[in-house]
Amino acid sequence: MNHCYVGVDIGASRTKVAVLDLKKNLVGYNVRRSGIDFSKTAEECLQASLKMAGRTKADTAGVVSTGYGRKNVLFAQETKSEIACHGKGSYFYFPLAITIIDIGGQDNKIIKLDEAGRRTGFKMNRKCAAGTGGFLEEMAFRLEVPLDEMSSLASRSTNMVKLGSFCTVFSATEVLENIRSGKRLEDIVKGVFFSMIQRVLEMDSLTENVVMTGGVVENNPYIVTMTEELIGRKILVSKHPQLAGAIGAALYAIDLFPLKSEEL
Amino acid sequence: MAKEEVEIRRLKTAQDIVRFMSDYYHELDDATKSGKRKIAWCTSVGPAEILRGMGFLIYFPETHSAMLGSTRMATELIPKANAIGYSPEICSYLTADIGAYLQGVTPLSKAFPGIERIPGCDVLVFNTNQCRDVQDWFAWYSRRFGVPSVGIETHRNIGKVTPMHVSSIAEQMESIVEPLERIAGRKLDMEELKNAVALSRQCSDLWEQCLATAAAVPSPLTFFDGTTLMGPAVVGRGTQKAVDVYKLLLEELNERVTQKVGVINNERYRIYWDGMPVWGRLGMHSKLFAGLNASVIASTYCSSWIFSALDPAAPFESMARAYSELFIVRSDEYKENYIKEKLRFFQCDGIVYHDAKTCPNNSNCRYGLPLRLQAHTNIPSLIINGDLNDLRFLSDEQTKTNIEAFIEQLEESKN
Repeated sequence: MNHCYVGVDIGASRTKVAVLDLKKNLVGYNVRRSGIDFSKTAEECLQASLKMAGRTKADTAGVVSTGYGRKNVLFAQETKSEIACHGKGSYFYFPLAITIIDIGGQDNKIIKLDEAGRRTGFKMNRKCAAGTGGFLEEMAFRLEVPLDEMSSLASRSTNMVKLGSFCTVFSATEVLENIRSGKRLEDIVKGVFFSMIQRVLEMDSLTENVVMTGGVVENNPYIVTMTEELIGRKILVSKHPQLAGAIGAALYAIDLFPLKSEEL
Repeated sequence: MAKEEVEIRRLKTAQDIVRFMSDYYHELDDATKSGKRKIAWCTSVGPAEILRGMGFLIYFPETHSAMLGSTRMATELIPKANAIGYSPEICSYLTADIGAYLQGVTPLSKAFPGIERIPGCDVLVFNTNQCRDVQDWFAWYSRRFGVPSVGIETHRNIGKVTPMHVSSIAEQMESIVEPLERIAGRKLDMEELKNAVALSRQCSDLWEQCLATAAAVPSPLTFFDGTTLMGPAVVGRGTQKAVDVYKLLLEELNERVTQKVGVINNERYRIYWDGMPVWGRLGMHSKLFAGLNASVIASTYCSSWIFSALDPAAPFESMARAYSELFIVRSDEYKENYIKEKLRFFQCDGIVYHDAKTCPNNSNCRYGLPLRLQAHTNIPSLIINGDLNDLRFLSDEQTKTNIEAFIEQLEESKN
């Protein structure tokens, strides 16, 4: 048998699956839109990840699901909150006392871990889209800019336009006003990122070592640069920040479903 | 990790409390129909004892609003009040209640067959110790019904309750006697007043003892039970009936303590709740915590109807003191120490603060208190965003994720 462990993170926007081998190496993964049928998406994501890992379902020794749709993963043996999984996934790559900033499609989290990886506190955003990936998507739509071009546009800004509102809808109005008044697209987009990160940073204080995770971070590296400028120090980012929750879930699976010696 | 089905043991006395509330509302309804007794509308921590001393029946609109919340009627009704100029961001008890009046509906008619409308009103009596909104709430009805609204303006941010606080409130209480006597059509009977104060004190002491049984492990009582069991302490204080029903409740709770019967089977985590309940989610939240082997055993809210200073020998002064010693009007320093002591007494593992969007006075997490308290006690805390009545301010999924993650955190710290 070629055993492996699987973590499934069903977010409101994207579903992520990570496959770890027995040495905790990431050997397969897949990310796709969650859509409206979470169970089906999870299954498709799993098959793609296992294929990449060169495994089959029969090889899986444990599956843990997390995220908004965690209860919809029919093949998972256990569920864990996304707070726990993002913490575990981040600590695996950065075994320090850390503050994790996770920017997801629907919610943001700030999670604090001590040097042993124990959670000492966490905060989630209020019932509001400001500062989330959903906010970025809405702004990209208003600006008629493909989502994957937002980061590089912002990096070319020379005179950032500040957006003043807490509210996604009012921010969109502000964006339109700035377009009408002839402001450069690059400067407006940088203002959008600035607004996002401000909403996140006001949620909680940060400790010395800061890790950023989430799809927004993976797809928009400029937000990391901007955050570093704002807090005045380097930020730790793993190779696959979008997979932090799924990797954390897979690590939980390793803890929860150890193989018996005869299975090794 | 939450179980789908979980056993939550109900108290038998809960049925007696339901009967108590039914009798209470039917008495008000009979008086409304017959016109034989005067009815005063009073805020939940208003000077009820004075009103009993003049023979008024007393109706507490806050309990009506809580029913609008728990029946989930409130969210549909609040916009009616918004449309006549009452902001969605002010007290959703006020907006739900006024909205219900404008719509001509009441949860009383479904809960208590035979009752078709809210009680009549001869006078409105408030104490702003809850908030300023109660004054505005009653002012609306005062204009609508053409009846007077009288009241007491409280002190706020009280550290130590001083003679100045007590005398100024007592004076205000005495000053409302004459206008109330005119409406009552009779004089205040000092013996009746003293009797009401004595019965209020007994009710308060019994209710306090009931809540204190939750210090037992496992707890025989939860905050979610307490929010409905406290009905008689709110509407019936100053009456023998309230005293009698709490004697029954205390007996049942003590029996549970003796037999080590908890509300849930596997009480692994003991939680303190600060702030208002989310009335429309009582059942959901109760099951959510229970499914995580967590018992929410104590709260600031349910303790708000404990008035240990009441003394029939000095009715006005002791009422003034009792209503000034309330948690809600105290300084943050007092509040911190109060909660700290409760966490110790009830052996709590964690504290959940409900930041209720429309109830700043009952949301004690907005000025840094949770972090200060956590630094002193090392007991983890969680803030959930929601509201007492307006479910538009609530995200069930976020609440669930927050609570599940919080219990996971407590689990990690226990292992």
